[in-house]
Amino acid sequence: MEALKKIANNCKHATFLIEKKLIGRLSLRERIFLKIHLYGCGLCRLYQNQTQKINILIRQLLHGSGTQDAKLDDNFKKELQERIEDELNKN
Amino acid sequence: MTTNQIDPHHWVEAHADYMYAYARARVNDEEQARDLVQETFLAALEKMKTFEGRSSERTWLTAILRNKIIDVYRRRSSGLQQTELRPAEEEQADFFEHEYGHWNPEPAPKHFGLDEYDPLRGKEFEHILAQCLKKLPALWMSVFTMKHLDDESSEAICSELKLTSSNFWVIIHRAKLNLRACLQKNWI
Repeated sequence: MEALKKIANNCKHATFLIEKKLIGRLSLRERIFLKIHLYGCGLCRLYQNQTQKINILIRQLLHGSGTQDAKLDDNFKKELQERIEDELNKN
Repeated sequence: MTTNQIDPHHWVEAHADYMYAYARARVNDEEQARDLVQETFLAALEKMKTFEGRSSERTWLTAILRNKIIDVYRRRSSGLQQTELRPAEEEQADFFEHEYGHWNPEPAPKHFGLDEYDPLRGKEFEHILAQCLKKLPALWMSVFTMKHLDDESSEAICSELKLTSSNFWVIIHRAKLNLRACLQKNWI
């Protein structure tokens, strides 16, 4: 029963496995550990729901956030093209 | 077989905005993103002879840019890596009790606004997330960006950032623990 108690109380390892499962693969031993732990641990079940949602939010933030429409100002572009022409003329 | 052509006289007009947006999304720093675009074009001029026309001009330029972004990630995280990872145990002690690793009462997950929030319907909490992300160390942000923006394999990220696989998972775990805790604290 000591072994079970260790699994049931080890939220630190359970949350680690939850993260690993989200973007990787768990071994059989890890899957069993997580299953047993989550069965009895509402806190980590909540953590699992929240962290999945956070991943969606991160993805949205990185893909959106206006940076896709970010544009260089015309002066910078003009100077940059001139610089390229200079380099081309060197050769 | 058709080969793609390369024409530096039109590079800025054709690709500069695209490349700038690409860099901005990944380094999150306007000035650095601008520098990267410029460096990429200059490096590309040097490498023009090696362009074989197998990919489009834009693909070829973006590949050069991408390598430069990874260099930035490496530079940002070099030196920090050791010190960032050493106090892992110490920091975990904030989240979990020592004996079994059970949640400490204070940082334990609680229900908060996130649980009712539908991320597909609105973006009003993006700024809180952005604030919380900013508090994370540069190396963690690099890992997140590569994972979530480019959907790279964990193995590729490890080799590009020169991380061991166990350090990679420690970083992912700690980043998410901190991020979730920050959201729970600041969500209104």
